[in-house]
Amino acid sequence: MSIQYYIILCLTLFSIGVVGVLTRRNAIIVFMCIELMLNAVNLLLVAFSKMYHGAALQSAANTTAGIDAQIFVFFIMVVAAAEVSVGLAIIVMMYRNTHSVDINFLNRLKN
Amino acid sequence: MSTVDILFYPLSAFAIVSATMVLISKNPIHSVLWLILVFFAISGHYILLNAQFLAIVNIIVYAGAIMVLFLFVIMLMNIKKDAEPQKQLLVKLTGVIAGGSLLTLLIAVVKQTAQIQNKQVLLKEGTIGLIHPLGKALFSDYVIPFEISSVLFLSAMVGAVIIGKK
Repeated sequence: MSIQYYIILCLTLFSIGVVGVLTRRNAIIVFMCIELMLNAVNLLLVAFSKMYHGAALQSAANTTAGIDAQIFVFFIMVVAAAEVSVGLAIIVMMYRNTHSVDINFLNRLKN
Repeated sequence: MSTVDILFYPLSAFAIVSATMVLISKNPIHSVLWLILVFFAISGHYILLNAQFLAIVNIIVYAGAIMVLFLFVIMLMNIKKDAEPQKQLLVKLTGVIAGGSLLTLLIAVVKQTAQIQNKQVLLKEGTIGLIHPLGKALFSDYVIPFEISSVLFLSAMVGAVIIGKK
């Protein structure tokens, strides 16, 4: 499988996430679209790691080249889990104050 | 063309359609359920890439924990289906055009990059995605980031409790 297919798939998922962030007003759905973008990047990292590993296997039989990317994906998941817990707490606070999850209520810093 | 190659296309189509449905659904709960399907499709991709550990972690952490948290918050808030004020059509159109332009631009760049022409991804083979090599790397070379991530979790937990308690 060519790497280009994976890149295009991940770019499509990432762009869908970008469109969601730009067009939706519900803070929870904006947050979910950010998760979607994170997952697209994770998939791309794993695909690149397998590309690199396949190239390295040609020269050495039992190499672990490319394992760093998968560790990196693991840490991205760790950070995403921590981020979600804090972000959802902020959204719950926002709902408690304004009784809405509309992100347009969050423009008080504008003036 | 092997079975793994053939499985790539339906999984990709499934992921993209589900991701689009996340955007289109009016009801936030439907969006969450579609996003869970996207995560399952991405886990399927990980399995095709023989990244078994990440496939399982993706299902457990994302589909199992994070999305349940989202569902809890949505059900806690009791948001009505059509309570979400819609953005103006012009803003929506601008968003879609901006995203589409980003996608087109990036695909054009990918098509022209010389370094990734004819590069193949190793599907189904290669052992780096299994638990044994990953665990070995995680607890030898990456043990300090691993420990630091526990501090990150502690601070996130404290932060979530403090923000939620007010």
